[in-house]
Amino acid sequence: MAGKRSPWGGTPEGDGTPSGGEPSSGEGPRSEDPTPPPRGPRNPWLPGGGEGGTGGADRPRRPASIEDIFRNRGPEGPRRRSGGPGGPGGPGFRMPRRANGGSWVPIIVGGVVAALVLATSIHQVGPKEQGIVSTFGKYSHTLNPGLNMTLPWPLQNVEVTDVTSIQSEQMPDGNAEQLILTGDQNLVDLSYLIRWNIKDLKLFRYQLAEPQETLREVAEAAMRASVAEQTFDSVVSGAGRATVEERVRTRMQQILDAYRSGIAVQGVDIGRTEPPERVVEAFKDVSAAQQDADAEINRAEAYSQQLLARAQGDATEFNKIYEEYRQAPEVTRRRLYYETMESVLGKTNKTIVESNGVTPYLPLPEVNRRNPQPPRQPAPAARTQPGDQ
Amino acid sequence: MDVVWSRYKFAIIAAAVLLVAALSSLVIVPETQQAVVVRTGEPVRVINRFRPDVPFGDTGAGISARIPFLERVQYVDRRVLDLDMERQQVLSSDQQRLQVDAYARFRIIDPVAMVRNAGTEENLRTQLSPILTSVLRQELGRRSFASLLTPERGNAMSNIRTQLDRQARQYGAQVIDVRIKRADLPDGTPLQAAFTRMETDREQEAASIRAGGQRDAQIIRATAEANAASTYADAYGKDPDFYDFYRAMQSYRRTFEMGEGESNIILSPDNDYLRQFRNGNQ
Repeated sequence: MAGKRSPWGGTPEGDGTPSGGEPSSGEGPRSEDPTPPPRGPRNPWLPGGGEGGTGGADRPRRPASIEDIFRNRGPEGPRRRSGGPGGPGGPGFRMPRRANGGSWVPIIVGGVVAALVLATSIHQVGPKEQGIVSTFGKYSHTLNPGLNMTLPWPLQNVEVTDVTSIQSEQMPDGNAEQLILTGDQNLVDLSYLIRWNIKDLKLFRYQLAEPQETLREVAEAAMRASVAEQTFDSVVSGAGRATVEERVRTRMQQILDAYRSGIAVQGVDIGRTEPPERVVEAFKDVSAAQQDADAEINRAEAYSQQLLARAQGDATEFNKIYEEYRQAPEVTRRRLYYETMESVLGKTNKTIVESNGVTPYLPLPEVNRRNPQPPRQPAPAARTQPGDQ
Repeated sequence: MDVVWSRYKFAIIAAAVLLVAALSSLVIVPETQQAVVVRTGEPVRVINRFRPDVPFGDTGAGISARIPFLERVQYVDRRVLDLDMERQQVLSSDQQRLQVDAYARFRIIDPVAMVRNAGTEENLRTQLSPILTSVLRQELGRRSFASLLTPERGNAMSNIRTQLDRQARQYGAQVIDVRIKRADLPDGTPLQAAFTRMETDREQEAASIRAGGQRDAQIIRATAEANAASTYADAYGKDPDFYDFYRAMQSYRRTFEMGEGESNIILSPDNDYLRQFRNGNQ
């Protein structure tokens, strides 16, 4: 409050030492303002300060400044209604005095400090978390789940981290193609997921500069090494997938343990294993070829079933008739003969020709043309013929 | 407030000065850093130096004292740092090109040497990076392409690590690990060639699968025909003579009754079917 203007006023051109700055001005009005009687001198140690705000004297008095400021912008501005002359500010809040007439400020300040101390010294650690306590940067101890006490903030610092939750890293990020060389020098497009968590928070925090980045690089190295041990087909078909996953996991764990990273690799899941985009058509053609081959085989199966069924049918038919035939061979034979002849000749045009006479020339086209008119004529003729004999 | 100020002005000022002095004579070294105390340009001691067997909390991190204004403190990372190599094309011993992406992990174990010979970690990295590249090229250039793909390259890696470590020790760094992240075929012709080979591989596979399908189908048909033939033979073989007759009858029916087009049959009266005509007449 030593300045010509309050430090709040914007231009700190005062003669004051910096320590007289904001904290004291924050308290000042609260403690001083209510004290003077309404008409009396405003400032206890600068008596005679009549008009408050716009005191035009060459040396503006401090209370005037304060008043000025509070009229314009102070949050306690309306409070002047009781202290100053008729402030129109509105329904004001007036801080009640303490019983012994002391100020509230120390209590408020003390309360805030106490709250801060409490807030920074009580730590709730969730069931999945652990906290690292460091005293001036030096590792002190690890907090386990529950409510924990430490020294307040500037002395001890607490970093709470989720430890048991399993986090995952998608490799590669997004859907980009990631080509990996297999042992038989083919390329496979592969994506995978690393599941990991923190097994030793202390190591995790303090050992590696970039744990996450390290994890990704280690994963990449391990995956590529493991895929290079497999053939393309076993990776793509999925036969070697479990092996690769397991090897990547052990490899990663080994490397990360060697780095003392405090990371536990929970699992590696291979997602996509596909041939590279460029040759995918050829691969599709292979599966198409498999389908074609299967189709061809199916057709052959169908044909062979038909054929066999037919053969069985025929054979059974024959066997049945043969049974009958064996009972009475001659009769059955004749019966079959006549039945067949009957049915055959019944539906065809017949011409019976005396073999001795007419045979030499047989104008078949003529016969054909004549056919419609006398279809049944030859029969009586035939009947007469045998009569001759 | 003002009362306090005017009354205890000197005390307050003195306290502030003392506080500043105390703060400037104390160093706070976090667990992740080592601090090299440099007095007039000369490193004199190290706070929180890395020692592998000392557990955290006993390493010397935390508050330490220094002589204000005279001693300067330079922080050096205590953790495992990474050195990422840019992608390099490496020629294997059989003249195959390979695009290699490697990284090294190192830790500064002698911060004084580091501060003296490299200055900062960034400098150290720029010093080590070309060394890593050249060591890697040398070592991989001695191996065949195929062996670079196999886990046998672990051996190459440990050689590279040893060589890089030897160089890094001058800078107070210890190389923990060197690893090939990826070894790829370079873009352009080698990659094209690989793709073409994969394609033709598959074309061949497709062709042989189709041919195999044809073959299997053929075998299935042939087997079925054989089975059918044996079924027929079993049945008909019992009486070939009767079969001949029976089958002829069937054949007649099929030919004349169900056959396409009109049939004309010219019978001679000597025909067996007409036999009864004659016989009855006689």
